[in-house]
Amino acid sequence: MTNLMTNHYEAAAVILFGIGFMNLLLSRNLIKKFIGLNIMDTAVYLFLAAKGFIEGRAAPIVMEGTTATVEKFINPVPSGLVLTGIVVSVSVTAFSLALVQRLYKHYGSLDLDEIMQKAKKEGH
Amino acid sequence: MNKQNKKSKWQHFVDWVNGEEAIGMPKKISFKKIDFEKLQEDFEKYIWSGRKKAIFYMVMCVFVCLTFIGILLHTVTALPYFGGSNNPASNEVVQRYIENGVEETGATNIVAGMILDYRAFDTFGESNVLFLAVICVIMLLKKDKYNTTEQEQREEKEDEMFEKEDSNTILKRIANLLAPLLFLFGIYVVLNGHISPGGGFSGGAIIGAGFVLYASVNGQQKMQRFFTYKIFVRINVICLLTYCILKGYSFFTGANHLPNIIPKGTAGALLSGGLILPLNICVGMIVACTIYGFYALFTKGEI
Repeated sequence: MTNLMTNHYEAAAVILFGIGFMNLLLSRNLIKKFIGLNIMDTAVYLFLAAKGFIEGRAAPIVMEGTTATVEKFINPVPSGLVLTGIVVSVSVTAFSLALVQRLYKHYGSLDLDEIMQKAKKEGH
Repeated sequence: MNKQNKKSKWQHFVDWVNGEEAIGMPKKISFKKIDFEKLQEDFEKYIWSGRKKAIFYMVMCVFVCLTFIGILLHTVTALPYFGGSNNPASNEVVQRYIENGVEETGATNIVAGMILDYRAFDTFGESNVLFLAVICVIMLLKKDKYNTTEQEQREEKEDEMFEKEDSNTILKRIANLLAPLLFLFGIYVVLNGHISPGGGFSGGAIIGAGFVLYASVNGQQKMQRFFTYKIFVRINVICLLTYCILKGYSFFTGANHLPNIIPKGTAGALLSGGLILPLNICVGMIVACTIYGFYALFTKGEI
C-alpha cells in the first residue's frame, strides 16, 4: 500500500485506463466508445510523463552559457514518446469518427445494436 | 347456457378485434390459439435469453475490467519509486542525449534534438501517420457528385444562403483580429522549436486552430481564396518529400562516415541546429494543413 501511495500518479493512470476500457466495452453509442478510447490514450500519456519525472530536476532545455549534465534534467525520452502517442491518437480518432459519420448516414443511428440489426436485415 | 353463449360471442368479438380470429370461423380451429400462445412463449423466452446474454455480458465486462485494474495496480506497487533518480529508465542513453545533445545536434531543446535528429525516423513515421489519416478521411467524407443526393445539395445551398445573411459583426471583428495573432504565435513556436519549448507539432496545431477560427467565422468560401484542395495536397506532399530527402541525406552521410556539409551554427541562435529548423517547418506545415483538413472535411465534406 505504501508503494501505491508513493506511485499515486501511476496508480491513477492505471485506474483511468480501466475506466476507459470499461467505457469502450459497455457503452453502445459509438461516439462514447471512442471517448473511452481517448481516455485510455490519456492514461498512457499520464503514465509515461510520470515515469519520466525525476524529483528536483528541470525540463531538458539547456540555458545559454551552461553545460548540460544529467543531474540537471529529467528524462527526455518519455516526452518524445508522449508526442508520438498524441499524434497517433489524433489520427485514429479522426479516422474512426469519419467511419462513424458514414455509418450514421447509412443506418441513421449511432447505437451499435441497432446498426447490427439493420445490417443483418440488409443481408450483409 | 344462454350466458355462456353470450360470453363466447363476446370472446369471439375480442378475438376478432385482436386479429386472432376471422368472422364465421369454425370452432375447430381454436387449436391455432394454442400455437399463438406457444409462439408468444417462445418469443418471450428468446427475448429473455437475449436480456440474459446482455446482463451476462455486462457483468463479465465489469469483472474483466476490475481484474485488469487489480493486476495493473499490483504491478504498480512493484514499479520503481516515482521521482527517483536511480530509475532504470534513466540509463546511459539518456545520459548521452543530455550531455552530448547540444554538441551533436546543435539544439538547446534536448527533446527537439532527440525527436528530430537522433530519432528522426520516428517523427517521419508520425507525419506519415497523420498524412494517411487525412487520406482516409478524404476517401470517406469528401463529397462529390457521385456520393451526394440532390436533396443534400439543396440543403447545402440553403445553409450557404443562411450563412451569408447573418452578420455577427462583433464576432467577425474579434475573430479577424485574433486569427493573425494566432498565426504569428504558431509561426513563432515552430521557428523557435529547437531553442525553446515547442516545435513542429505544437506550433502546427496552433496555426491549424487559427485556420479553423478564421474558416468558422468567415465561411469556408473565403478560406478557399487562398487555401484550396490543390494547395492542401501540394503542401502535404512537398513537405513530406522534403523531410524524406533531408533526413535521408543526413542518415546516408552518418551511416557511411562521410562529412556532413550542413553547418550546426552556434547553439542558442535562431539559425542553428542544422536540419532541425527546416524539419520543424515541414512538420508544422503538415500538422496545420491536417488539422484544418479534418475540420473542413467533418463540417462541409470539402476543403
